[in-house]
Amino acid sequence: MTSSPIVVHIKKKRILELLANGKREDGREPTEYREIQLEEGVIERAEGSARVRLGKTEVIVGVKIGTGAPFSDVPDKGVLTVNAELVPLASPSFEPGPPGEDAVELARVVDRGIRESKAIDLEKLCVAPGKLVFVIFIDVYVLNHDGNLIDASTMAALAALINTKMFKYTVEEGEIVKKLGYTPLPIINYPISVTFAKIGDKLILDTGLDEEQVMDARLTMTLDKDGKICAIQKGGGSGYFTKEEILEAAKIAQEKTAELRKIVVKS
Amino acid sequence: MANKKTEKLIDKKGIRLDGRKLDELRPVKMEVGVLPNADGSAYLEQGKNKILVGVYGPKEAHPRHIAQQDRAVIQCRYHMAPFSVDERKSPAPSRRDVELSKVIREALEPAVFLEYYPKTSIQVYIEILQADGGTRCAGITAAALALADAGIPMRDLVVACAAGKADGKLIVDLMDTEDKVGEADVPVAFMPNLNAITLLQMDGILSVDEFENALDMAVDGCKQLYALQKEALKSKYVAVEEIEEK
Repeated sequence: MTSSPIVVHIKKKRILELLANGKREDGREPTEYREIQLEEGVIERAEGSARVRLGKTEVIVGVKIGTGAPFSDVPDKGVLTVNAELVPLASPSFEPGPPGEDAVELARVVDRGIRESKAIDLEKLCVAPGKLVFVIFIDVYVLNHDGNLIDASTMAALAALINTKMFKYTVEEGEIVKKLGYTPLPIINYPISVTFAKIGDKLILDTGLDEEQVMDARLTMTLDKDGKICAIQKGGGSGYFTKEEILEAAKIAQEKTAELRKIVVKS
Repeated sequence: MANKKTEKLIDKKGIRLDGRKLDELRPVKMEVGVLPNADGSAYLEQGKNKILVGVYGPKEAHPRHIAQQDRAVIQCRYHMAPFSVDERKSPAPSRRDVELSKVIREALEPAVFLEYYPKTSIQVYIEILQADGGTRCAGITAAALALADAGIPMRDLVVACAAGKADGKLIVDLMDTEDKVGEADVPVAFMPNLNAITLLQMDGILSVDEFENALDMAVDGCKQLYALQKEALKSKYVAVEEIEEK
């Protein structure tokens, strides 16, 4: 959805005028999220799955479990891989083909939150050290793009992991033999991201597509269940942040991630 | 990033593996105008990092559809030489390379007066000849020098430095082992005159207070490197002046 520079300029003027009075086009507060709808287990064939709708943004995450060799530097840990697809049906600006830089960045930001917070106890996913471990494939599938794909994807990924059922197994002669029944994945942390957009000198959360088109810069902060920061990514647009803005964002992130975590982690 | 090795990164006196203090940068060498064919270029060494940057343009954007009607675009490629790391790296771009190329571009864009050159492209090629941790930061520092060397109008130089945490202590300018074994890494790019942070990433675990201190340390490191950047730019032209005087 590449608008001409003049359209973007007019939109930005309008959005800035509203923000000057603390308002947004759809009537939200600057740090208010759109309605969040979360469904778990939407794909029966996947070991875990979830759908998140943030307003009109829609993301499905599927978790598949495979086996493979561990990385040589961590021979006793399972492997985590995150991939993101900006599916062409989700937006006129998405095109078929191998993942572009936006998809790669999305996948890596989701990955960083899960990996650095040690959300999955990967040591429990080792079958034979150095030889055989479980591989957790997290696939983020964007089905409709109306802004803030990062937060929608992080939430959906966490919900899908919580929802994941792992088959029971025994090891016979170095081979995995499936048994009846399932156990949940060993999930021990709950990373949640919040993504700020800077428009003019204002910080807002959960941007719609219009706001994303006019934003100066973007800042994602992912916090773990203890309120510690586990991932940060600045991106989007050719603007910058001041130190004061970053610290303000960190403060808001602490409250907001706790609030969002309650939606994803129910127990 | 779990620290399983018994190896200590910081000794009791607060000295790091390579003999540095917690807030000490590695030795740095910068030089501009090193590539005859490029419009601007820079070479930078920081510890064992050896980085070469070439800038071409502004020139007609190619492929054409990437051109913007109201400004220039920056095309940035961060690339590691196959021999730059212990285990040979495939020269094909990894997902990490794709992400770094993007965030480095976004770190440089705020500094360049892109609106002066609509419909054109400025190409920034960053080659990591040898990697020793903090290559994205060193790459940005060198790329800003190469852009300035190309005579492209800029609001300020961009300079980058990481801070992080190892053995429970906050440190600046992480080298490879500290990055891999340590607890957190916060790369920051900064425009000193505008007080603007143009790149910020983090992995690892930090409390909000620790993060605030790490950010300050990284910005301090940037300011020290900024002085060296200016020296490097000046020294090229001082050298020319001296030749002319003779």
